[in-house]
Amino acid sequence: MAPEEIADLLKKQFSDKIAGFTFETAHPRIEVRADAWPEVAKFLRNDSRLQLNFLRCITAVDMLEDEQFVVEYDLFSARMSAKSGSPWTITNEVAIAVKVPRNSATIPTVAHVWRAADWHEREAYDLMGINFTGHPDSVTDHDGTHPRRILCPDDWVGHALQKDYKFPMEYHGIPAVTEHEQTRPIH
Amino acid sequence: MSWIENRFEEGMIITSLDWAINWGRTCSIWPMTFGLACCAIEMMAIGASRFDVDRFGAGAFRASPRQADLMIVAGTVTYKMASRVKRLYNQMPEPKYVMAMGACTIGGGPYFKNGYHVVKGVDLVVPVDIYVPGCPPRPEALIEGLMRLQDKIRHQTVARDRWNSVKDAAFSPATGAN
Ligand code: SF4
Repeated sequence: MAPEEIADLLKKQFSDKIAGFTFETAHPRIEVRADAWPEVAKFLRNDSRLQLNFLRCITAVDMLEDEQFVVEYDLFSARMSAKSGSPWTITNEVAIAVKVPRNSATIPTVAHVWRAADWHEREAYDLMGINFTGHPDSVTDHDGTHPRRILCPDDWVGHALQKDYKFPMEYHGIPAVTEHEQTRPIH
Repeated sequence: MSWIENRFEEGMIITSLDWAINWGRTCSIWPMTFGLACCAIEMMAIGASRFDVDRFGAGAFRASPRQADLMIVAGTVTYKMASRVKRLYNQMPEPKYVMAMGACTIGGGPYFKNGYHVVKGVDLVVPVDIYVPGCPPRPEALIEGLMRLQDKIRHQTVARDRWNSVKDAAFSPATGAN
């Protein structure tokens, strides 16, 4: 099923919860409102025409000028094929984009829909600071309730891939160096 | 060897004893298995047949810091890993040596400017005896570093407690970053 047909199907099913489409790129995507996303996700996975049962990856983009984050979910439908020699066929393939404002970046989790989303959402929180509410592996600390960090240490400050990230100049007594300044002793 | 170190005065003649102890230490530098990143591939290469570090008695890579004499820090040390590096170093018995292998451990290497999470030189965490530059260093360079370390050990004497007193003051487990 082409992305356009998937978009038609979603538009019929969810009307105003679908915020827009981008088809004229190499990466056709359908934009979904953040609050309706888990509901749409369940439909995408369970509907017999779509069966988008495979989440390939989650991409988080920091649009600093537009004051928003874009989170893109790459989905496809992998089916066992009857033909010998090609055990899997990929039929439907589409990306879903969810846009959230930069100052309150909160998206409901879809880890219960696709298990692959679990670690991807943890990474998106760790490096971009996007909070996935209801995540199965959440912790509560001075930053509030959020998915557990996956790469940086648990006491890390900030989210390293945000465009306005400030490098730490000291971590547990170990000095640091950046392009502009350094706290490392010069011999 | 702390039972014998520091027990003699400077002028005392202990050359033969020194020679015997240093010969033993030089020819059995057991490294710790401590590969952190891409440099570890070259470290593995020196253990294999083409370079065969066993010729120098340093081929017994130990899986435990308590059996090791040499920590070859092979790879990028991150802030998250730094506390582990420090702890493993403290667990090694004396005499212990540290070799900083590769640009990353010497000063941050490719991550010097833009690596927010990389320690800019492992000498900020543990004291380093030998620096082997390269990204990664060739196995020959690592063997060269090992031979320089052997030179260093050959000049030790049991009369003086090497540089340990200085080192311990600067990097004691109580005051150091851990
Ligand atoms: S010095 Fe180069 S080869 Fe060695 S760990 Fe760093 S990046 Fe990898």
